[in-house]
Amino acid sequence: MSAAKNKHNTEDYLRMYKQMVRIRAFEDNANQLYLSAKMPGLTHMYSGQEAVAVGICEALTDEDRITSTHRGHGHCVAKGADFKAMFCELLGKAEGYCRGKGGSMHIADQSHGNLGANAIVGGSMGIATGAALSAKRLGKDFVTVCFFGDGATAQGLWYEVMNMAALWKLPVIYACENNGYSEYTKTEEIAAGSLTARAEAFGIEAFDVDGQDVLAVNELTRQLTERCRNGEGPFFIELDTYRYHGHHVGDINRDYYRSKGEEAEWKTVRDPITNFGKWLIDQKIMTADELVVIDNEISADAQAAVEYALKARYPDGSEVDMHVFAGVDHALEYLGGAR
Amino acid sequence: MTREITLSKAVNEAIAEEMRRDPTVFLIGEDVAEAGTPFKVLSGLVEEFGTDRVIDTPISEPGFMGIAVGAAMTGSRPIVDLMFGDFLYLVMDQLCNQAAKTHYMSGGKLKVPLVLRTNMGATRRSAAQHSQSLQAIVAHIPGLKVAMPSSAYEAKGLMKTAIRDDNPVVIFEDKLMYQDKAPVPEEEYLIPFGEAKIKRDGRDITLVATSSMVQVAEEAATTLAAEGISAEVIDPRTIVPLDEQTIINSVRKTSRAIVIDEGHQSYGVTAEIAARINEKAFYHLDAPVIRMGAMDVPVPFSPALEDLTVPTAEGVVENARKICRGELVHAA
Ligand SMILES: Cc1ncc(C[n+]2csc(CCOP(=O)(O)OP(=O)(O)O)c2C)c(N)n1
Ligand SMILES: [Mg+2]
Repeated sequence: MSAAKNKHNTEDYLRMYKQMVRIRAFEDNANQLYLSAKMPGLTHMYSGQEAVAVGICEALTDEDRITSTHRGHGHCVAKGADFKAMFCELLGKAEGYCRGKGGSMHIADQSHGNLGANAIVGGSMGIATGAALSAKRLGKDFVTVCFFGDGATAQGLWYEVMNMAALWKLPVIYACENNGYSEYTKTEEIAAGSLTARAEAFGIEAFDVDGQDVLAVNELTRQLTERCRNGEGPFFIELDTYRYHGHHVGDINRDYYRSKGEEAEWKTVRDPITNFGKWLIDQKIMTADELVVIDNEISADAQAAVEYALKARYPDGSEVDMHVFAGVDHALEYLGGAR
Repeated sequence: MTREITLSKAVNEAIAEEMRRDPTVFLIGEDVAEAGTPFKVLSGLVEEFGTDRVIDTPISEPGFMGIAVGAAMTGSRPIVDLMFGDFLYLVMDQLCNQAAKTHYMSGGKLKVPLVLRTNMGATRRSAAQHSQSLQAIVAHIPGLKVAMPSSAYEAKGLMKTAIRDDNPVVIFEDKLMYQDKAPVPEEEYLIPFGEAKIKRDGRDITLVATSSMVQVAEEAATTLAAEGISAEVIDPRTIVPLDEQTIINSVRKTSRAIVIDEGHQSYGVTAEIAARINEKAFYHLDAPVIRMGAMDVPVPFSPALEDLTVPTAEGVVENARKICRGELVHAA
């Protein structure tokens, strides 16, 4: 762990630990829901990348915005979302964050500044930049963090919006979670040169940080959000990390694109939760037993939320044409179509 | 008080009035500031509102479209200026996957109040990438509203409504109409979406026409009147939402209809409106509903060819005569 202990108080450390454990617990349960065929569709697990979402979001306020990705549960939890409403959304229930209309890849949590996950790779890069333009134009001091994967750096949109963000000095942080793969392809096969150099070409200050080290991520993000608020944005961070599961929950046999040995090494040597837990114990901030209590509490919380969501009701059929347009109760009636 | 102003001026006035009224409204696009766009529609706005609210962008259509979506989700009301309707293809992801779906996918939590103003219309000898009328493509996407002003009066009233709407609205202006004048009140007015305007009363046939095709339909109606055929002309003004009732009521009265729009005919706006007439007024019809859209070819450059591709008043008159006199003969 890189950051000096005295910079945060114990509560901050504990919250970071808890939030990482919450993400892991959420994903373990989501995976189980899929494997037991209780969840419609597919989902992309965030496990392994917890220190990125938590390190960053713990440096943000509720007013600060994030945009998220198809692998977005971690961002959502880290930004303050509630387990019940998230599991309800995953299961397509009425009490879900999006009343069951978005599902795993579209959870948005307005109350905590989460502008939504996005199923188009790179699709939210413009949205994050636009949120930053709003902040600047309307004189608000919120910062926007745009999460995306290494694969998304191949999208042209990024270069267009980085250019404008740099020209207009927008308070946005582009956070690339380089987990080594986009789907079943290694990053080195899809990315020429260096990612940080790409941002630097626009005059954007770029950083490369160990995405498994929650304190390092948090420390850097605190500095950058502060600098964004002082009008020094935008910034780019590349976070080196790893996803433990397959590309999605159905991607079970992965030998053809990555080895079991590689997976095992990340899980045993570089696990962000285990390592941070050890550090908390070493620093005598927590005891091993206290951490186990926390782990168990969170695990029970997650299971209770799953139980709740499984029993929760589906949206009424009449909701199908609601929320198509703001200010219109039912779109079909409004559109006057013969249906 | 009413005065005659150009469509270009009407759009400019609508935007200026709304920007004065609401500080969250801003303009973003290529050469919108000092240049006031290639068509000069936005001239003078940067002088009044500054470069902070009239924002020139690099030539990055997906980029500034995406930025507008994010700005709209966070308290701003952007007006995106897309220099040519043909460039819609470049912004499709941001418009159709992001802007159009955000409210729905978030279960009503997030709103995207933005206006995309762009243009349409052929016969400027601009060839296939600067002449398209792509309204059907966006009208197909749930979550987008689509307005098609047919005169300066509509252009102003619809633009003001669009800016105040909490949803993404696409406005298509006909490039050839920017200098056309029409009476426009000096007092403020808004035109509600989904209210068609009966431009001319008639008994024998209904001509439903959009944007510049309203002029074509009116010219045809004048010719037909001289021949004793009374045509009713209806301008839907917005195609999403569509004022189906006004159209259906008219066809129930006249028993015949031609639908005219400058988008390509196949799978187009004309097809949609014709289908609705068939579904809701079939037993009132004395003749098949005729679609008149742009020919299903890329728009050619040569004037000798281009003029063949768009609906004309003569063409409308010819079709109207045939169906009113029962001369529409189908191949067996
Ligand atoms: C525009 C687009 N192209 C392709 C896909 C299919 N797809 C979904 S996730 C993904 C890989 C993304 O990789 P990366 O950005 O590294 O994110 P990660 O999955 O590693 O978190 C692809 C190709 C998509 N959703 N959107
Ligand atoms: Mg990746």
